[in-house]
Amino acid sequence: MLRTLQITLVAVTAGMILGTILAVCRLSRSRVLSTVAGLYVTCFRSVPLVMVLLWFYLLVPDLVKRIVGNPSLDIRLLSAFVAFSLFEASYYAEIIRAGIQSVSKGQVSAGLALGMTGGETMRLIILPQAFRRMIPLLLTQAIILFQDTSLVYVMGLADFFGVAYNTGDRDGTLVELILFSGAVYLVICFVASTLVRKMQKKIA
Amino acid sequence: MISIKNVSKWYGDFHVLKECSTEVTKGEVVVVCGPSGSGKSTLIKCVNGLESFQKGEIIVDGASVGDKKTNLSKLRSRVGMVFQHFELFPHLSVMQNLTIAQCRVLKRAPSESTEKALKLLEVVGLKAHAQKFPAQLSGGQQQRVAIARALAMDPIAMLFDEPTSALDPEMIKEVLDVMVNLAQAGMTMMVVTHEMGFAREVANRVIFMDHGQIVEDRPKTDFFCAPGTDRAQQFLSKILSHSAQG
Repeated sequence: MLRTLQITLVAVTAGMILGTILAVCRLSRSRVLSTVAGLYVTCFRSVPLVMVLLWFYLLVPDLVKRIVGNPSLDIRLLSAFVAFSLFEASYYAEIIRAGIQSVSKGQVSAGLALGMTGGETMRLIILPQAFRRMIPLLLTQAIILFQDTSLVYVMGLADFFGVAYNTGDRDGTLVELILFSGAVYLVICFVASTLVRKMQKKIA
Repeated sequence: MISIKNVSKWYGDFHVLKECSTEVTKGEVVVVCGPSGSGKSTLIKCVNGLESFQKGEIIVDGASVGDKKTNLSKLRSRVGMVFQHFELFPHLSVMQNLTIAQCRVLKRAPSESTEKALKLLEVVGLKAHAQKFPAQLSGGQQQRVAIARALAMDPIAMLFDEPTSALDPEMIKEVLDVMVNLAQAGMTMMVVTHEMGFAREVANRVIFMDHGQIVEDRPKTDFFCAPGTDRAQQFLSKILSHSAQG
C-alpha cells in the first residue's frame, strides 16, 4: 500500500505543478509556448497510460544506463514516478486551463490596472480563484490516478495490487486476494469520492 | 496630464476609435458620454493600456502608453481605475483587496498599507466592513471599496468606466457622492458615465462620442445649454427626459 500511496502522492504533486505551468503556457500569448504546451497535452492524452509506462520501463532506463555508464542501476521506481507525473500533468493541465478560463477577464484587468505584472496577477489573483473552483475535479483526477497506479506491474514493480497478486499466486489463494484488494480499492475510493462530493456541495 | 492624440483602433475590420484627440489637465474632471458601442469604454481603457491601439499616441504624465519601452505596470500603478462590475478580488477580504497592490507593487510595509486602507475605508464610509468579503457587501458598497482600492495607490489620476451602470438606482447615489467628493478634492478624473447629474455638478468638460469619434468636447455649460451637433442634442434629450421620468 505504501508504494501505491507514494506513487499517487508524487504524481499528483508533480503533475499539478507541471500541469499548472503547462496550462499557463497554453494560455500564454507567445505562440511558441502555447503550441509546445498544446502538443505535449495532446500527445500524452492520446496515448494509453500503459504505453507511457512501458516506454519508461523499456527505453528510458536503458538510455540513462548508457549515459551514466552503470548497467546495474535500478531506476524503475524513479521511472514510474516520472512517467506517472508526466502523464498526469497533461490531464491536470486541461483541468487547470478550464479553471483559469472560468475566472472572468475583468479580474485580470483589475490586477493589471493596479500595477501588478501579468505574472503577479496570475499568481495572486487568478490562480487562487481558479484552484478553489477546481478542487473537486483535481481530487477526482487523483482518485483515478490512485487506481491507475496498479498498472506499475508492467514495470515489474510491486504496488499494493501487485503484492496481493503475488502473495495469492504463491499461497494458492489468488481469487480471495484479488477480491480482497479490490475491496480495499473500493473502500478507499468510495470514501474519497464521498468527501469530494461533500466538498462540491460546500463550494457550490 | 493625459493627452490623447489621433488615436485609432480596429477590432479586425471594425473601426472602434477614429482619430480621437483630447486632453485632460491636472485637477480636471472630464465626463465621457455617448450611446453604447460608441467606443467610450475602449478609449478610457486605452489610457492605461488595458486596450491597445494601432495609431496615434497617448501620453500620461510624460510617459507614452503605446511605446513598448514604457513600463506599463508602473504607469498603471499611478493611474487608478474603477470598473463597471467592480472587479474586487472575491477570494480576499476587503482589507486585503486594499493592501495587496500596496504591498506588492509599491512595496509598502504591511502596517503602513493597513493604516492607509483603514483611512480610505473611512473616507468611503465602510470602515466597519474591513474584514468582510466582497460577496457580503451590496453592489454600492463593493464599488466604494473598489474606489478606495484604487485610491490606496495614491494615483495621479482616476479613470472610471461606467461606475454606476451595474448598480440599483438607490445605490447609485452613494457611489456618486464619493466621486463628487473626490472631484471636489481636486482629483484628476476621466469618467465614462450616463449620469448627467454628476456631469452637471462637477465636470469641467463633457466629451460626447458616437461611432468611435469624439463628436463634441466642450465645457459643460456649453454642452448642456447648446450642444453643437444634432446627434448630441438627440442623445441628451433622450437620456434627460428619461431621467426626468425616473
